[in-house]
Amino acid sequence: MDGIHDMGGMHGFGKVEPENNEPVFHAAWEARCLALNRAMVAIGAWTIDEDRAGIEELPPQVYLARSYYGKWALRLESLLVKCGLLATDEIAAGHALRAGKPLKRRFDAAVVPRTLTRGSFGRPAQSPARFNIGDRVRAKNIHPPTHTRLPRYARGRVGVIEALRGCHVFPDSSALRAGESPQWLYTVLFEGRELWGETTDPTLTVSIEAFEPYLEPASVIPAERSESRNP
Amino acid sequence: MAHDHDHNDDGEHGSELSEMQLRVRALETVLAEKGYIDPAALDLMIETIETKIGPHNGARVVAKAWTDSAFKQTLIEDATKAVQALGLINRVGDHLIAVENTPKLHNMIVCTLCSCYPWEVLGLPPVWYKSAPYRSRAVNDPRGVLADFGVKLPAHTQIRVWDSTAETRFIVLPMRPAGTEGWSEDQLAALVTRDCMIGTGLPKGPKDIA
Repeated sequence: MDGIHDMGGMHGFGKVEPENNEPVFHAAWEARCLALNRAMVAIGAWTIDEDRAGIEELPPQVYLARSYYGKWALRLESLLVKCGLLATDEIAAGHALRAGKPLKRRFDAAVVPRTLTRGSFGRPAQSPARFNIGDRVRAKNIHPPTHTRLPRYARGRVGVIEALRGCHVFPDSSALRAGESPQWLYTVLFEGRELWGETTDPTLTVSIEAFEPYLEPASVIPAERSESRNP
Repeated sequence: MAHDHDHNDDGEHGSELSEMQLRVRALETVLAEKGYIDPAALDLMIETIETKIGPHNGARVVAKAWTDSAFKQTLIEDATKAVQALGLINRVGDHLIAVENTPKLHNMIVCTLCSCYPWEVLGLPPVWYKSAPYRSRAVNDPRGVLADFGVKLPAHTQIRVWDSTAETRFIVLPMRPAGTEGWSEDQLAALVTRDCMIGTGLPKGPKDIA
């Protein structure tokens, strides 16, 4: 979705302000909030992609006003309710008012190691890769209203396939509970000037990790340009 | 509504703090009562995050690469395999990629869409990495971002920004500082900062730790 989370290239957010000797957490609730979120993903209540979509679906004014873990807490509440794992009256009461829904497993000490390493998202290839290293590709001009990992700044821009990263779970599908739909993943390299215009620092290049459905050969003329040429 | 007066109040986010303490506590209670989670397992997860993972692991990887050319080659070819073989951490996530700085090329890592970060080698991301200023500017003004960190690179250095838009994760292999010939891995690891493995900093030099 074209949400506030897609921040690459936006202006006006000011300087980056590193904190010296930053603690791992700034308050105890942040640690509990992170742990609860990771726990629910670890026991299979939802996927990492639904998790990310849950943050993106927060209203933009809430997204900007809340701290990082503040957003995580709101996302946790909304996904728990959406998945029918608890109800809003129980959150308000601060206690369970009904029995829990059966889940594959409970989050206990044995599951902890799984929360500390990323899962494996590589999958066997369903078909040969469409692109090879060195191919010129255009990121498609798509605007799905649901979760996607193609950032806005790359859409419509031409880059070069730099590496193939194997076949991976497709977040756009997984976030909708529509299956893993594994897709080839590529590192696509763009010149800074292709993304940001002629006045851009000529030493800049930017890469994205792009799933195959996001890409088309650069030789394909985008629809709106061919239309404008043939009125 | 009664406000909690824990000693965590940091002023700046005071109102969110007390609200969030209550909300998160309520969620944890409900989830435990429903039988979904064991709160003691949350304690264990948090303790592990606070004590076992962190940039000290990444620093070992970099120091090893600076002293062992065979290891460095494996690291560049398959960082997951190389780091797993070091045995620093329980299990390395798949698709870890090490990118090497050279006199001509400087790498920088960002996640413009959320907060993707190589936990297993660097721990949890710092607040600035997850912030709007970094996520918005890293891809179109990396030299400006570097200036915010007090880093200035030669005008001719190529800057390569890696946007972590999938489950691949990146760690920067910085250049070994001059004047460290003959240093041990332990000595070298002390020069490796978290930021130099993200690409927003450079390693310390021998004078910085003298």
